Amino acid sequence: MPDPREYQTEAIVIKKTKLGEADSILTFFTPHLGKIQGFARSLRKPKSKMAGHLELLTHSAVSFSKGRGNIDTIVGAQTINAFLPVRNDLWLTSCGLYVSELVHQFTAEHQAHYELFQLLQETLERLTQEDNKELALRYFEVNLLESVGYRPQLKECVTCHKQLEPTTNYFSPAGGGLVCPDCNLNQPFTYPLSLNAQKVLKLIQNEAFAAATRVKIDGELSREIDTVVNGYFKYLLEIEIRSAAWLDTLREQRMQFKS
Amino acid sequence: MSKQEPIIPATDAIGKLVQEFSKLPGIGPKSAQRIVFYLLRSTEDKTSTLAEALASLKQRVNLCSVCCNVTESDPCPICRNSQRDTTLVCIVEQPQDILALEHTGAYKGLYHVLHGAISPTEGIGADNIRIRELLDRFQNGTVKEVILATNTNMEGEQTAMYLSRVIAPLNIKVTRLARGLPFGTELEYADDVTLTRALEGRSEF
Repeated sequence: MPDPREYQTEAIVIKKTKLGEADSILTFFTPHLGKIQGFARSLRKPKSKMAGHLELLTHSAVSFSKGRGNIDTIVGAQTINAFLPVRNDLWLTSCGLYVSELVHQFTAEHQAHYELFQLLQETLERLTQEDNKELALRYFEVNLLESVGYRPQLKECVTCHKQLEPTTNYFSPAGGGLVCPDCNLNQPFTYPLSLNAQKVLKLIQNEAFAAATRVKIDGELSREIDTVVNGYFKYLLEIEIRSAAWLDTLREQRMQFKS
Repeated sequence: MSKQEPIIPATDAIGKLVQEFSKLPGIGPKSAQRIVFYLLRSTEDKTSTLAEALASLKQRVNLCSVCCNVTESDPCPICRNSQRDTTLVCIVEQPQDILALEHTGAYKGLYHVLHGAISPTEGIGADNIRIRELLDRFQNGTVKEVILATNTNMEGEQTAMYLSRVIAPLNIKVTRLARGLPFGTELEYADDVTLTRALEGRSEF
């Protein structure tokens, strides 16, 4: 009979904190247990059998042993998917870390969230495959907001509730959606959003990823959406998304290399 | 109910030292107490040697202006050593990494210590570690090859990839320490990434 003190789950490693000489505390996102933490003894020693299976952004089958404290001890791990192409590319690794940081910030421990696990897993998978990786990131951001209960209102003005005209409208983080140009005058801190960007956002919000890939979003459009969504993240979380700043640095550098 | 007074007030010599020791990594209040009472029992000679060593640590140890390693003389003994290969620079995250590499006796080039690794989620970017000092070293054109010896975890890999990107245009050969199976381990426990890299980096035997 299996030891009831031990349990196993699939998990994606979203955060790693060093502890003491060679131990680590890992934060996982799991399909049925939500966000959980685990203690890994001697993980940072070269001969650790689990280290490679418990690296950040690895999808693994992890075994835990229940301890007396709050954090269970990790007793085994086996890689399911290491998302190797993400690991071999600076930009993709940074995108992966950005995605995992967002999941970490938007979730509370021990709250099962199967759709979000699926979204995280699919996004990492998409980063290894799809051509349009920017779209994969935008799709993740918008659907993350949806799944944690902050779906942006894009159909009508959040202040006067009138249907929005097909023109440049404004995104209000405090209102959680778009405001029409008239209402925008009374709103602090809004972001202008072009008609094209609004269309893309709506498409991403309402369609499956396969359907969303029909649209081609260029760098400028992607950045426009990114700025608005990040402004919204910042408003909701009341902190800076640290890896977003790093993505900006890399993006700037890429432009410099091209020019 | 009034709050219970601590048995040893933090203002006492003992209490203060316990408090200071317990701030150190890996030392809790109990270990700190044990150390303090051990010191209390030992001779004055021993405690004053420890006190002197502690006091001189910050006064005498500085960073080498060339490689950013910790040193008491500037440049550090490794950078001053004329026997070492000045065309070769090995980039490490921490000064302790130099100790490990020097212990092998297999490397005769120079070093550069970054004092950290890029970690986007911790807010540590390229400007927070000593990359600018590294790029300044390449100005005179002596360096022909850099060896990226950052850790093989996510932060170390990111730092290595970033460095290879900024060094590549400078016409300097960029190499990375081989990544694969550590000595004395069993193949069955190796993970996919390690095995893939071990296969990619296999060499003739």
